[in-house]
Amino acid sequence: MSQWNNFAKGFIKQNPVFVMVLGMCPTLAVTTSAINGLGMGLATTFVLLMSNLVVALIARLIPDKVRIPAFIVIIASFVTIVDLVMAAYFNMPGPEGEASLYDQLGIFIPLIVVNCLVLGRAEAFASKNKLVTSIIDGLGMGLGFSFALTLLGATREILGSGAIFGYEFADGDTMLAFVLPPGAFIALGYLTAIVNKLRKTA
Amino acid sequence: MGVSNKIATSVGMGGAVLFVMTLATIATYLIQVYILVPLSIEFMQTITFILVIASLVQMVEIILKKVSPPLYQALGVFLPLITTNCAILGVALLVFQNELNLAESVVYAIGNAIGFTLALILLAGMREQLELAEVPKGMKGIPITLVAAGILAMAFMGFSGIV
Repeated sequence: MSQWNNFAKGFIKQNPVFVMVLGMCPTLAVTTSAINGLGMGLATTFVLLMSNLVVALIARLIPDKVRIPAFIVIIASFVTIVDLVMAAYFNMPGPEGEASLYDQLGIFIPLIVVNCLVLGRAEAFASKNKLVTSIIDGLGMGLGFSFALTLLGATREILGSGAIFGYEFADGDTMLAFVLPPGAFIALGYLTAIVNKLRKTA
Repeated sequence: MGVSNKIATSVGMGGAVLFVMTLATIATYLIQVYILVPLSIEFMQTITFILVIASLVQMVEIILKKVSPPLYQALGVFLPLITTNCAILGVALLVFQNELNLAESVVYAIGNAIGFTLALILLAGMREQLELAEVPKGMKGIPITLVAAGILAMAFMGFSGIV
């Protein structure tokens, strides 16, 4: 397939969250606001991009029996890098004293290492494709994942806190359930249904 | 989401998770306390923890193949996927966040695994019922399961004031 298709498939056709249903754990847990969703999405994109790159380069050198553990070590290394970088640069509390992005994402940053999406793309795609194709796949899938997370985060933030990207536009009663775990499931369920409908009619 | 469509496989998966989660918590706890911290290499935490978990899952796979081939077949590809179960790595990390000692960590892990199994069985039961219900076409499959899981989550929140 063309490189444009390779890149764009992550957004709708093979969107990791809505279509492939991969990486549900961070999706449901951290999308309490749009900015959290975006932050987690971009952190995962970095890991996905770099691990796809490295796996595409050295997959042929790895014996088959230790393939998966080797991929896991590669992914875990990049996750450690992201964790340390975020602890260093994204650790400032917000203007009204709210928690920093690093604190809000919490243990879900190291949990990127068990995100099925990252290991899945390394195993299914990067180990079998050329370098440039794998990089573009990682970028497309990662940005598609970020798009889904930001969309879900925005939905939950609008319904649950009356704000968007931290900007409050409605005070008064909001649906608290949406910033709690049940709301994540329900919102994702309906968003998935809507995306499925759009895919069928497109 | 992968195995909860049958109650029997859910129980089997729950058992496997219980085994892996408890052992992984013990192993990672010992590694953190006796190796990572004394050598000041805490940043290796993610890498070592996930390798321990991956190895344990391999072991469970081999044991299960010998001890109960039908369960091994039923769990299929989801058994190696226990490695990517957020809960296992999550619990391993949380025991340090909550500053538990080894004994407390073991109890925490066992409790978590039982809770996971419970949720899995409940969800399996709901999914078996959903197959018989009339679901709007766009909601069939993943969407309605997610909404059902959300309602189940709400029910669980009712427990939060009890203990």
